[in-house]
Amino acid sequence: MKDTTEGYVTADGRQIGGVLMEMKNITLQFGGVKAITDISFDIREGEIRAIIGPNGAGKSSMLNVISGFYVPTVGEVWFHGKKRPQMKPYQVAQQGIARTFQNIALFKGMSTLDNIMTGRMTMMNTNLVTQAMWWGKAQREESEHREKVEKIIDFLEIQAIRKTPVGRLPYGLQKRVELGRALAAEPKLLLLDEPMAGMNVEEKEDMSRFILDVNDEFGTTIALIEHDMGVVMDLSDRVVVMDYGKKIGDGTPDEVRNNQEVIDAYLGVEHD
Amino acid sequence: MVSEATPSGDLCSIPALLARNARTYGNSPAYREKEFGIWQSWNWAQVAEETRAMALGFLALGLNRGDHVAVIGRNRPAHYWAMVAAQMCGAVPVPLYQDAVAEEMEYVLQHCGARFVVCGDQEQVDKVLEVQDSLPNVEQILYNDKRGMRKYDHSHLNWLDDVSAEGRAGHTRLDAELDARIAELTYDHTCVMLYTSGTTGKPKGVVLSNRNIIETAKNSSEFDNLRHTDEVLAYLPMAWVGDFIFSVGQASWTGFCVNCPESAETMMTDLREIGPTYYFAPPRIFETMLTSVMIRMEDASPFKKRLFDKYMAVARKVGPAILDGKNVTGGKFAYWLGNLFIFGPLKNTLGLSRVRVAYTAGEAIGPEIFEFYRSLGINLKQLYGQTEASVFITQQPDGQVRNDTVGVPSPGVEVRIGDNGEVYYRSSGTFVEYYNNPESTADTKDAEGWVATGDAGFFEEGTGHLRIIDRAKDVGKMADGSLFAPKYVENKLKFFPDILEAVVLGNGRDMCTAFINIDLTAVGNWAERNNIAYASYQELAGHPRVLDTIQAHVEEVNKSVAEDTMLSGCQIHRFLILHKELDPDDGEMTRTRKVRRRIIEEKFADLINALYDGSDSVYTETEVTYEDGRKGKIKATLSLRDAKVVDTKNKRMAAE
Repeated sequence: MKDTTEGYVTADGRQIGGVLMEMKNITLQFGGVKAITDISFDIREGEIRAIIGPNGAGKSSMLNVISGFYVPTVGEVWFHGKKRPQMKPYQVAQQGIARTFQNIALFKGMSTLDNIMTGRMTMMNTNLVTQAMWWGKAQREESEHREKVEKIIDFLEIQAIRKTPVGRLPYGLQKRVELGRALAAEPKLLLLDEPMAGMNVEEKEDMSRFILDVNDEFGTTIALIEHDMGVVMDLSDRVVVMDYGKKIGDGTPDEVRNNQEVIDAYLGVEHD
Repeated sequence: MVSEATPSGDLCSIPALLARNARTYGNSPAYREKEFGIWQSWNWAQVAEETRAMALGFLALGLNRGDHVAVIGRNRPAHYWAMVAAQMCGAVPVPLYQDAVAEEMEYVLQHCGARFVVCGDQEQVDKVLEVQDSLPNVEQILYNDKRGMRKYDHSHLNWLDDVSAEGRAGHTRLDAELDARIAELTYDHTCVMLYTSGTTGKPKGVVLSNRNIIETAKNSSEFDNLRHTDEVLAYLPMAWVGDFIFSVGQASWTGFCVNCPESAETMMTDLREIGPTYYFAPPRIFETMLTSVMIRMEDASPFKKRLFDKYMAVARKVGPAILDGKNVTGGKFAYWLGNLFIFGPLKNTLGLSRVRVAYTAGEAIGPEIFEFYRSLGINLKQLYGQTEASVFITQQPDGQVRNDTVGVPSPGVEVRIGDNGEVYYRSSGTFVEYYNNPESTADTKDAEGWVATGDAGFFEEGTGHLRIIDRAKDVGKMADGSLFAPKYVENKLKFFPDILEAVVLGNGRDMCTAFINIDLTAVGNWAERNNIAYASYQELAGHPRVLDTIQAHVEEVNKSVAEDTMLSGCQIHRFLILHKELDPDDGEMTRTRKVRRRIIEEKFADLINALYDGSDSVYTETEVTYEDGRKGKIKATLSLRDAKVVDTKNKRMAAE
């Protein structure tokens, strides 16, 4: 396990920076149910960090803690070297954290373009009235944002569905649009909740390429939850393994793969 | 020998034409590309500047006279500029098919010995790098789209924009050299080298000179009166000769604007936004467009559907005649109304409302499809050409457009029919040679410059239009000496939706017969509507009412074949419906679904005998291969039918 504060160099030669976010002894309790028990790990600048684990291990809860949607019962979240206070979702977004959802959460009746535009909401400064009149500053502002959105459309190769209502798109493309909306917020940290769920092999390959490209082109730090082990092992730099709300492994894909506890959690243990 | 065409003024190369366009049409749009949701555009002056910068950059990288520069990518302005920039340096551009796999690319890159390879994006760069070990000639790889390229070893890899920037920076040093190289270019210099797709054997590099390209561009532009205000959409592969002629040759000659779509998937939207005035598409695209219109009309409300049907009937009746400028009695007002409410909006949706000239070529287009577009008032025409001719051999002049001919010889092209019916041509567009392949060159082009097309055809008496009937090697003679052209008749049969495949037999015999394959989807649909129960393909194929329907189709085809005096001998006297579909797994067809005549003749010899001995039915057993590789036998008793034929000999005598 590399724990120097300077960061490290990955197998494919990328320089990973210092700690971007640190989870310190997080425990999350819903009444009597402990979803997460005393988990600590960090996410470094520029890396792809995966959280894996069997069903009900607490992965999504963990992601919700990172995104600030849940407030941990015990423990602290440190972001950019500062302890993060309790925040509203829009404040989290303004801090540079964006996410996609396990069950796609797009505006089904709106076009791809408009959906991705909503990702830039937090960056729009003009008020409702000037926007409604669409004149002067509001018009200029929209053009600027549209330009950024078009770059994302180009990046994700979804030009052909720019004007198509999202509800009419196949599942794999909807996932891509959702990624586009998250990217539109120009996040420092991008959270992906099962980006490949329900996809066929080809769609998975496409999505993997986009995730790697996002990380490479924009230098975005990515934290993702995923069930497909092949994908996780290929994509991520470091992996946290959870089981029953506890952390049972943390390290590079190779380290995790050879960790006995992880193997037991996935393959089951023989009981005497 | 054809008289050697001489250049008009100093316009003897594409770079020279580019310079003229920058002077004459400086502010007119030359290239547009949709990027980031907006049509970005460059006028001729800007294009001249960009291309020159790129050429200077190529010089800085050490591009020599006579080098080959491969260009691999989709239709984008920078790729066209790279080709012209290569010409400026005295090098030869070689556009390649972007969807070729690495191994196919390897052969062509090796064969032309390209030193520079211009790639569209990472995907193409990866393919070249994959086969790099066997390409010692490749020195520089340039790419246009930067995405994903950051981590690559850039010692022999350059971003095209960096190359241009370097060219601009070094212009004082390189200007003189570049100007000298441009000035050296003559009509005899190679303009471009295009590889034929190579359906038979390895691809061959067709060398086309500046004379070939510019003379062809000039003649064909004058033929259709193309002007610098015209618009085309460049969406067909850059490696295809047609795209080079339209998007480089004719565009440079007339100065019209070339529009590049955003991506392959957005082609139809982009087509609509641009509304080209000059348009080319293979029959397949026109067919797809028509199908999508028809499907949407099926789902439309009954009122709209009725309106559409009513006015399409009007259009079919008078539309083509109005388009040809003929005098129409009655129906003119109805057509005008229809145009206002139906045809106009429909053409607009298809992106064809501004089309002045549209061409289709490559294969036979179904008569209904062709008529549909003509009746809407779209000037769709046919041309016949090949790479070796710089496209144009024959084309249809305005007002003389018909479905069954490919038109009259293009201006400057001589066409003659050989003794075996094969079509030969020579023109100023006739290719120089196959690169490094003198044997093939000699096989195709004779000393006087005549090129064999490999297609059989004839000139129609009276109109002087050429009609292509078949591949020359498939055309034979009937026992009485008349022409036997199976594909010609088979195509006519296949235009019926009920008929999937047909094999016409009769070479060297006294009459023609046919095997028919029914289309299970179409006939099955018909059976369902008419309460005909069937349990298998074989049972449906043998149903008497299906036989009746097919017989009606065959007799209709006979009537239309009989109208051709040359081919009236090809009428089908007897036919049968095969008990199984012809299948590539059984070797009866190629993987691209072309009929293998010889194998079919051997395999079904008993059926052929039955067709010629006059029996009413025949029992047969056929071996089939299942998808998992097991073999089995199908047994069937097939009934044979006689079809009515039109007796042309008697008719002609009666006329005399």
